[in-house]
Amino acid sequence: MRSATQDGALVSLRGVRKAFGSIEVLRGVDLNVAKGQVVAIIGPSGSGKSTILRTINGLTPVDHGVITVGDITVTDPRVDKVALRHRVGMVFQQYNLFPHKTVLENVAMAPIQVLGEPRRQVEERAKDLLAGMRLPEKALSYPGELSGGQQQRVAIARALCMQPEVILFDEVTAALDPEMVKEVLSAVRKVAEDGMTCILVTHEMRFAREAANRIYFTDKGVIVEQGEPKAFFENPRDPRTIEFLDKVL
Amino acid sequence: MLEVFRQFALDLKASGINLTILYDAFDFERFVSGLMTTCALIVICTLFSILIGGAGAAVLALSRGPAAMLVRAYVALIRNTPLLVQMYFFYFAVGSLMPVGQNAIGLPVPMIGNFTWAVIALSLYAGAFNIETFRSGLGAVHNSYEEAALALGYSRFKAFRYVVVPLGLRFSFASLANNLVDLTKSTTVAYAIGVAELLYVSNQIWSDSLNTFEMMNVMLAIYLLLTGIVVWIIGRVQAAMSLPGFGAN
Ligand SMILES: Nc1ncnc2c1ncn2[C@@H]1O[C@H](COP(=O)(O)OP(=O)(O)OP(=O)(O)O)[C@@H](O)[C@H]1O
Ligand SMILES: [Mg+2]
Repeated sequence: MRSATQDGALVSLRGVRKAFGSIEVLRGVDLNVAKGQVVAIIGPSGSGKSTILRTINGLTPVDHGVITVGDITVTDPRVDKVALRHRVGMVFQQYNLFPHKTVLENVAMAPIQVLGEPRRQVEERAKDLLAGMRLPEKALSYPGELSGGQQQRVAIARALCMQPEVILFDEVTAALDPEMVKEVLSAVRKVAEDGMTCILVTHEMRFAREAANRIYFTDKGVIVEQGEPKAFFENPRDPRTIEFLDKVL
Repeated sequence: MLEVFRQFALDLKASGINLTILYDAFDFERFVSGLMTTCALIVICTLFSILIGGAGAAVLALSRGPAAMLVRAYVALIRNTPLLVQMYFFYFAVGSLMPVGQNAIGLPVPMIGNFTWAVIALSLYAGAFNIETFRSGLGAVHNSYEEAALALGYSRFKAFRYVVVPLGLRFSFASLANNLVDLTKSTTVAYAIGVAELLYVSNQIWSDSLNTFEMMNVMLAIYLLLTGIVVWIIGRVQAAMSLPGFGAN
């Protein structure tokens, strides 16, 4: 297993700080993700996990620090947002599919409307991705006609259709009924195994342990501890990690 | 005019209900021309007021600068002053500043006739209400949809155009129906500046034929029918645009 070094990193955060009003949500976050790596970020609610993800694709601007994705400096105010979001995909807890577009349109519309790729080619790719998500027969349905688990798999296909280099998953099973969690986790797992660089925020500890090759633990806006899954879960060192794992395992 | 109607109307007249518009060719033509004028006002002002509403709401949604302030001032002015005063303002105050042309025999003819002034006043009036309607419709779209579009590389404008507007429109129908019913009823105010719409011609008819009571009932029935048609059409559009599982239906 490869360990992330700063120069080998696809995604890198250096001393990232972010406050909302007077509340400091990120208080100096450093994180490196190498190409092909699967990183899981875990931690208590409100510790800044979602905010970390949102700073990586520039949805949340930071106050201090430097974030790079490949050769793109996200924290540069003149960053090319289209190039950045072409390279970084995101899947949300609430799926956020566009309810007025069919499943196929949801998956294909951004490459067509944003990247200007030819419709036919994109739709072919979208259909393949839907088949890969075991949803080929749902292409012409509307999101509202799908179960939560199916919608989330469409959202994953939508992110993949942009052909990103890294995908951010923000608690993608948290809004699902228990019986659908598994199908979505195995879809995420498939994406990871196909070589996609993934940064996952998750409350599914077992999944983090099995799917990720590095775990980051956040608390109150800092990364308290990180390590390879086996070491992290079997021998946590920081008292805050120990306390958290005691609660959730 | 259909002979059956004519006979029916004459029978009615014998029993004391004098509907001249059904048996008297002159009254019938006056009435139809008034009805046509009213329908023209409704259709034209509906279209313009929707355009104004859409443009104004887009300005409010996308800009914070002087343009948005101007729109807010316009909405406040229109919503807080009587329509009749607005109509007089355009016809008498603004109209007096407009250039005057000449007709074939050299008499002065205003370049902008009273029908056009009525269209301007009514469109601006209903437009202001439509701005509010569309603004709150857009506001009802949860910003997670815009965020999903941004994460896919859409610019703020493109996200607005392709995601927020189509969804916001669907939250606007109920209030839009209210506004257009109000516009339909408000076309009678054009009477005040001499537009020969339905109320105007009906007044002529009951003055000449002394059938005020009958014509008043006809008026109520016709406006009830017209507003009913407006509500029905919007209901059809709304049904055609309804989305499975999307809360605005
Ligand atoms: N746009 C915002 N404005 C103000 N405060 C915010 C905003 N976004 C997040 N916060 C606050 O920042 C803190 C961290 O939020 P964040 O969503 O990153 O936490 P999280 O670790 O993802 O939590 P959870 O597990 O509940 O999703 C929280 O206290 C939250 O209330
Ligand atoms: Mg979160």
